Amino acid sequence: MLFTVLTGLITSSLLVPFGKFIRTKGSIILPFIPVLLFLFYVLHIPSVAVGTNFTQNIPWVPSLGANLDFRLDGLSLLFALLITGIGSAIFIYARSYLKGHPYFDRFFAYLLLFMSAMLGLVLSNNILILFVFWELTSISSFFLIGFNNDNSDSRKSALTALSITGLGGFFLLAGLIILGNISGTFIISELFSKRELILAHPLAPLATILLFVGAFTKSAQFPFHFWLPGAMKAPTPVSAYLHSATMVKAGIYLLARFTPILGGTDLWSYTLIIVGGFTMLYAAIHSLFRTDLKAILAYSTISALGILTFLLGLGSTEAIIAASVFIVVHALYKATLFMTTGIIDHEAHTRDISVLAGLRQVMLPVFIAGLLAALSSAGLPLTFGFIGKDLIYDAGLNQKDNLTTLWTSLAVLTNVCLVAAGFMAGIKPFVGQLPDTFSKIKLPSLALWLPPLTLAILGIFFGLFPHIAGEYLSQQTTNSILGYNTTVNLKIWHGFNTVLLLSVLTLVLGSIIYIFNKPSALKLARIERFNYLSPEFLTKKIGSAITQFSCWYTALIHDGYLRSYHFKIIIFAELLLGYKLWISGPINLDFNALTPLSWYEVGIIIMLIGALYIIVSTKSRLTSVVASSVIGYCISLLFVVYSAPDLALTQFTIDTLTTVLFVLVLYKLPAFLKLASNRILIRDAIVALGFGTILSLITLKILYEPNTIETSNFYGNNAYLLAKGKNVVNIILVDFRGIDTLFETVVLAVAALGVYSLIRLRMKASEKE
Amino acid sequence: MKSPILQTATRYLLPILLLFSVFLLLRGHYYPGGGFVGGLVASIAFVLHSFANGTADTLKILRYQPISFIPIGLSLLVLSTVAPLLGGLPPMTALWFEQPVPVIGMIGSALFFDIGVYLVVIGVILTILFTIALD
Repeated sequence: MLFTVLTGLITSSLLVPFGKFIRTKGSIILPFIPVLLFLFYVLHIPSVAVGTNFTQNIPWVPSLGANLDFRLDGLSLLFALLITGIGSAIFIYARSYLKGHPYFDRFFAYLLLFMSAMLGLVLSNNILILFVFWELTSISSFFLIGFNNDNSDSRKSALTALSITGLGGFFLLAGLIILGNISGTFIISELFSKRELILAHPLAPLATILLFVGAFTKSAQFPFHFWLPGAMKAPTPVSAYLHSATMVKAGIYLLARFTPILGGTDLWSYTLIIVGGFTMLYAAIHSLFRTDLKAILAYSTISALGILTFLLGLGSTEAIIAASVFIVVHALYKATLFMTTGIIDHEAHTRDISVLAGLRQVMLPVFIAGLLAALSSAGLPLTFGFIGKDLIYDAGLNQKDNLTTLWTSLAVLTNVCLVAAGFMAGIKPFVGQLPDTFSKIKLPSLALWLPPLTLAILGIFFGLFPHIAGEYLSQQTTNSILGYNTTVNLKIWHGFNTVLLLSVLTLVLGSIIYIFNKPSALKLARIERFNYLSPEFLTKKIGSAITQFSCWYTALIHDGYLRSYHFKIIIFAELLLGYKLWISGPINLDFNALTPLSWYEVGIIIMLIGALYIIVSTKSRLTSVVASSVIGYCISLLFVVYSAPDLALTQFTIDTLTTVLFVLVLYKLPAFLKLASNRILIRDAIVALGFGTILSLITLKILYEPNTIETSNFYGNNAYLLAKGKNVVNIILVDFRGIDTLFETVVLAVAALGVYSLIRLRMKASEKE
Repeated sequence: MKSPILQTATRYLLPILLLFSVFLLLRGHYYPGGGFVGGLVASIAFVLHSFANGTADTLKILRYQPISFIPIGLSLLVLSTVAPLLGGLPPMTALWFEQPVPVIGMIGSALFFDIGVYLVVIGVILTILFTIALD
């Protein structure tokens, strides 16, 4: 299984060096990747359908418990098939859709990255790895939404999506870690057996809530839903793939995956029912007012995700069966509708449904695809959508509490709106009189319309032969979510009952709304007046408040003077160190335990004080620099006295170079002027003396720290045994703490590059003038 | 700052100081010294030369831009860090040749690590100083 994840990742990175080849001749190989992966997973269907689970464990960071553990069960397989199957359609479609685009190679690199991340996510059997892939999907989605990076709206939407899903990821990580700590394992299949242990723990509700935030942000549940309509700025193939069929379902996957572990509690059920129920109705009503085809689809997607959350909240066997069927139903019709929308946008250069009409005359196959998808979305008998909707109503009616009517009517209302929305997106642009402006449109190439048509026909195929989908896909998915075995028996016809009555009612009401609802820019403007109540608006408010605060804070702290930064840093250090000194108690100084002063130590100190006096009193910069280097040399002399030759050598050379550097810089400065007033001089003197005093006190205190000797003993004893060296200082630098040294040298290199580019680039700019 | 005495002196001081810096670099594992100090001494040698003869002259002696020392040094550092991975050992494991080499003594991955530090230090210091001096 690992190789299926890696294939995409490796190919994605290969697109960097071979971009030109991929843009031109090599693009034909791209669709083969998802198709082959899809075939790989199709071959697993028969064995998974009888209940076999495949696992693969590869150690990665065993000490942290983060290992590449993969597991393929019914739920994972369903998602893997969706990711690679819909992915195949999208890759074929996008290759044609973006033909000749200058960023063609980049687009596919992101898309492959996403596909691998998503596959990794649904296959992970380790919650830490799951999280890594979770974040990777957010990142690849960010790049894809901001794909048209010269458009500021596009960049803004990408950032919104990343912040919302990133924030959710942060909460998710916290939740997963709590879960791991409670149960003592990061392996999902081991968590299943620890359900009682986890739920009995007082932190379990917190973990559940954190998990919810992660899932809700990713799956665009109210109040985090608003990033999804914004994400429609991405090229249409991306919307079809990430933002309807796969990535947004990652949250649903997460909830489904953790249902056997955390599900069934009141907190779990009612949160999901309330959030999901509200989201599905809210978004479904919203979709009716949109004029942009993609906006309609975005809101109906949010609504569908709400339905799934709602069903997982209901949690009965019927509801879970309904959810596992509806995931497939929705992926098939929504991806189709997005792709037909993409074709319309590509050919007619507009997505406004108040303008589009009559396109069936110029692109019949696209119309057929749109029509079939719209019918499946409406739940007409003989489509897969019909079965999906029946199961949803069935779940609502069979819920074992006294709110059955409420749940069912919620579901019916949502579906009524979705019927209308589906018709608006799949049928409206194709019917009616063809305007003259569109009469020159020709049928696009086969690669564009065949993928949506295939998916749409698949939706009908499953509708006609539901037992195939039931037996091979939904059965084991349901078992995985429920945690126990049940039989899924999908039938084409359930007989005359309440469910059928509700289905017919839904269709009739939905059609009526479709006929009478004429979305227009005017109506859209009218509901946008209530935007100040929307979470999107509030989030933007919070965002701008944070920006304002940082502006104020920056203006307060950053005045651009080096001396003032020094001053603030030293004051801060004084407060912090002084406080620490204060609370750590008195200093006991035993003068008898110290070695007596020798005459050369006294001599060095007198030199130090003399140099100090010159620095403070001199009027020349050069003199003060030379005097400060005297201090450095005196200190290195002290190191010699206290037998630290390595330190002395380093201090000596460093001091020499610092002086040279100082001279080079000061040479270019104007003559020394006395600008500071006496008051400022006194202030600085106090700060400087305070800092010196605190550091001296700390040094004295260290003498009485009992454990300092252990560390040096360790290095002293092991330098020769472990690292074959006698110079302990050097051994620490190049061996014991070699990684530190490595990164310190990197820091040095970055500093040099900084100086180089600052000065050189400035020169280049002045040369231009 | 063109003084004939300094110019003549640096002609002899430069090679001696460079030799000394290599000496410091190689003995670092057993006695005071090491890549960092060695690099500093080598940089001082070049800085001294540039004081006497001008930065342009020193750059001519160096042949390569000082900034090009940095990537070479960093690559050495990284290579000696990850080399043990090839043998299935954790990174940074010290590897040693069995037999000592004449003059230098025992050679191990730590020595290459130190040479990397040496080169980076020279590159960094000369880049910073010469860039400022030429500005």
